[in-house]
Amino acid sequence: MSELLQVTGFTVLMATLATLVMLPPGIIVAWLLARREFAGRTILETLVTLPLVVPPVATGLILLKLLGRRGPLGGFLEVVGVDIVFTWKAVVVAMAVMGFPLLVRSARAGFEQVDRRYEGIAATLGARPLRVFWTISLPLARRSLLAGALLGFSRAIGEFGATVMIAGALPGARTLSVAIYQNAELGYDTAALSLIVAAVAIGFVAIHISNRLGTAT
Amino acid sequence: MTAVDAPSLVLDVRLRQGTFSLDLCVRTTARTVAIFGPSGAGKTTTLDSVAGLRHPDAGTIQFGSKVLFDHLQGIDLQPHMRRIGYVPQELALFPHLDVRQNVMYGTRSYEGSEDARHVFEILEIDALLSRRIDGLSGGERQRVALARALISDPTVLLLDEPLAALDHGLRDRILPYLERIRDKFSVPMVYVSHAENEVKRVADWVIVLDNGRAVRSGTPADVLAG
Repeated sequence: MSELLQVTGFTVLMATLATLVMLPPGIIVAWLLARREFAGRTILETLVTLPLVVPPVATGLILLKLLGRRGPLGGFLEVVGVDIVFTWKAVVVAMAVMGFPLLVRSARAGFEQVDRRYEGIAATLGARPLRVFWTISLPLARRSLLAGALLGFSRAIGEFGATVMIAGALPGARTLSVAIYQNAELGYDTAALSLIVAAVAIGFVAIHISNRLGTAT
Repeated sequence: MTAVDAPSLVLDVRLRQGTFSLDLCVRTTARTVAIFGPSGAGKTTTLDSVAGLRHPDAGTIQFGSKVLFDHLQGIDLQPHMRRIGYVPQELALFPHLDVRQNVMYGTRSYEGSEDARHVFEILEIDALLSRRIDGLSGGERQRVALARALISDPTVLLLDEPLAALDHGLRDRILPYLERIRDKFSVPMVYVSHAENEVKRVADWVIVLDNGRAVRSGTPADVLAG
């Protein structure tokens, strides 16, 4: 029971942090793709979608190379005293990267559904572009943004491949997926089953709410 | 087209959009100008160009000394810098904001300010301020949209078919509000309509637009005679 609570609590906490981390860049990228024409737009669109089709283990290995001590980002982070690989922070990074495409897709659809007339009229009333975004576009797209955040959260809950590559399976820092795999490997089927029930329940609730929000949009 | 010295309005707009092209050149000193013509003539496109929501390929748009667009000089003011009070045909009241938040959106002055009180009084919207947008009737929505545009202290008011979506009874009730706006506020007005009687009552200069071209312009009595 203590393993179930500890692993579930840790996974939900990490997935929540990952969602908070992916939300600001996800909203910006979604708005850019929905509202702006610029050079490299298709490249950005493809890059954002890439984690959906590349094997998660490969994404994890790329992150490991980038964030490892000898990696371009990891080397810099080490200088400023931040260690990511094989810590809980790596779990957040893996979850955020894997959930990002789902968040962006839903948020982009939300921004595209906002009638441009509202944004145009707000501008004629003297609102600068940032105020139009903050007071018109964002609130009118809020249901899709929330639906996207919940989809990203759900994907984060189920994350396995990238997490194992970049964070391993540290005691006390295991996610539901990693713990299910380990228990199944060791033949602890009952423990694995209770973890599966927890993962399915969390995923069901999150996706159900996300779908309801999407339908209401 | 009639050219008048020292025009307060210069509308010289050339714009091509797919198979439609707009080629309009009008200068007038009139304060209330109506753009009159059938659907698809380019009336809304003209207003959108004035508001900065569409970008003409060439021409000049000027109110008094304020140049909003000048292709040759490379001037194309952003919509938020034009100080235009635009009431589009669909009104575009912000659905997530209540009436108070809608009407105060374009101003920094507070609700009790003299200017705001003046607008509330003329358009009789005091009782509507706490209401939600989706709970308003057609006539109330129209008055809220007019108030929102007026409170932003515009240099010009653009009204796109303000009565087209209303039934006869409501039209008769809203038209006096438009006349009051014309008489009580010193703001020039460009009024788009395809209803002759509205144009005759509200405007002092009419531009007849057909298929993207200004085919006639002059006083309502001259242009819409008979």
